[in-house]
Amino acid sequence: MSKDERGRATRRGQPFLEEPEAKPFWANLREHKLTAQRCSSCQKIFGFPPQSHCPHCLSNEFKWVELSGKGKVYSHIAYHRAWHPAYQDKVPYNVSLVDLEEGGRLVTNVVGCAPEDVKIGMNVEVIFEDTPDFTLPKFQPVK
Amino acid sequence: MTNLSGKCAIVGMGETVVGKRPDATTNSLHLEAIKACLDDAGIKASQVDGLLTNQPLNDAHRSYATKLSHMAGIDPLFATDLALGGATPIAMVQSAVMAIEAGMATTVVCVHARKRSTVDPSPGHPIRRGDEHWEEPWGHFAAAGGHAFAAQRHMYEFGTTSEDLAHVAISTRYHASLNKNATLRKPMTMEDHQNSRMIVAPLRLFDCSLESDGGGAVLVTSAERARDFPKRAVSILGMGQHHPHWSLLDAPTLTTLGGKKSSETAYRMAGLTPKDMQFAQIYDCFTITAMITLEDYGFCKKGEGKDFVKNGRITLGGQLPLNTHGGLLSQAHLEGQLHITEAVKQLRGNEVEPERQVPNAKVGIVSGHGGSLAMHATMILGAL
Repeated sequence: MSKDERGRATRRGQPFLEEPEAKPFWANLREHKLTAQRCSSCQKIFGFPPQSHCPHCLSNEFKWVELSGKGKVYSHIAYHRAWHPAYQDKVPYNVSLVDLEEGGRLVTNVVGCAPEDVKIGMNVEVIFEDTPDFTLPKFQPVK
Repeated sequence: MTNLSGKCAIVGMGETVVGKRPDATTNSLHLEAIKACLDDAGIKASQVDGLLTNQPLNDAHRSYATKLSHMAGIDPLFATDLALGGATPIAMVQSAVMAIEAGMATTVVCVHARKRSTVDPSPGHPIRRGDEHWEEPWGHFAAAGGHAFAAQRHMYEFGTTSEDLAHVAISTRYHASLNKNATLRKPMTMEDHQNSRMIVAPLRLFDCSLESDGGGAVLVTSAERARDFPKRAVSILGMGQHHPHWSLLDAPTLTTLGGKKSSETAYRMAGLTPKDMQFAQIYDCFTITAMITLEDYGFCKKGEGKDFVKNGRITLGGQLPLNTHGGLLSQAHLEGQLHITEAVKQLRGNEVEPERQVPNAKVGIVSGHGGSLAMHATMILGAL
């Protein structure tokens, strides 16, 4: 990991696509599918980040399942300072914790409304933001 | 099970000058803190047989505790690096107590230093937080963000406001104004706080702590051996930890944190209650952290922190002076190491500026908090 002049880890704006446990998650997003691991033993959704064994029962048998893409905002914030050059022109921007209908939570962005219009408990649904190298799941208010 | 309450004591403590230290390096700040601590305790490095520390953020080591021991002339029978973020300094003292009671060491130095304000080139690699690749792609980069999520929830669940949080910052700044070794000493008003720029809403600049250079150390030994040291020993009465989640993605709640169970363990060990505490040195990386911890520690009910911090209750002279040194918000951010040294000074009774002394201080509580609001450690200290 590279570092800045004060020796701190350099912040990066991109996901780590080579993370072995998470490869299917990123590959499915390329096809505009939001997926998670469902435990074949206890049937619960693993949550994120993906991992080799179920965090609820430690079974290592699971299936990648497509989620409804619906969720609720657990909490939300607005960055007024850019910690990364790519965000210089984007402040203030929303970051939210979205609890997914089937289980699991993502750090993500609620888009399609102003940061101040995002509310705790708001119903949101997934949208897919494509870049040349990866696809990010983001959310918009349910209309 | 043996109750370790009162079995060990802090018999030495040292602090470096804090703030901007372009003269210093990460290594030199650790050594400066160790030297100040051993001088205070009146012993030589050769009489120390254990060392605990935390890894430098900018320069990961296989064993920094071993390196630092030998840089300081210590031949350790017990040494390790602990990694609990801002809960580490308290966890070090707890591990020292356990090592001493287990017979693995007799005299253990616990040292923590950081160089985060001025440049410190190093040959090594920085330590990463752990799950930033599940946060940074969506623009979530900072500890301020994680704590802003908690503040937003606290506001939603309990009606807390930015003005309520300001009381923590204002009182803490007043205490820093009385401390010669504090970075920000100009008193803060409610207007100053409310006019400070938004960093990550709902947290403003004056809700955020400093980035500092500096360090501190304490020396732990058995209560029996503590009698041989020149200064008044401070007894370790209660200890606890709790780490209820790892990241924002698996946190069951952001408004009750590890402090609840951690303090319950510490109170039980000490046989004391929140009412017995005469001061509290509570980890204050952000104003919201201190407010949630005051609730979790039982000083008021959950959700009543917004009222508890008002009317001078947390200011010197009030019911529970909070962060009498100026805390991470205004003195310096050294992951709470100076919350411990400040508690030791308060309990010795003659080491801080007279206007900063809690009268007749006999017992106080110290908290540490780390990661994405994930790790927590508690210690109750008493005057011997």
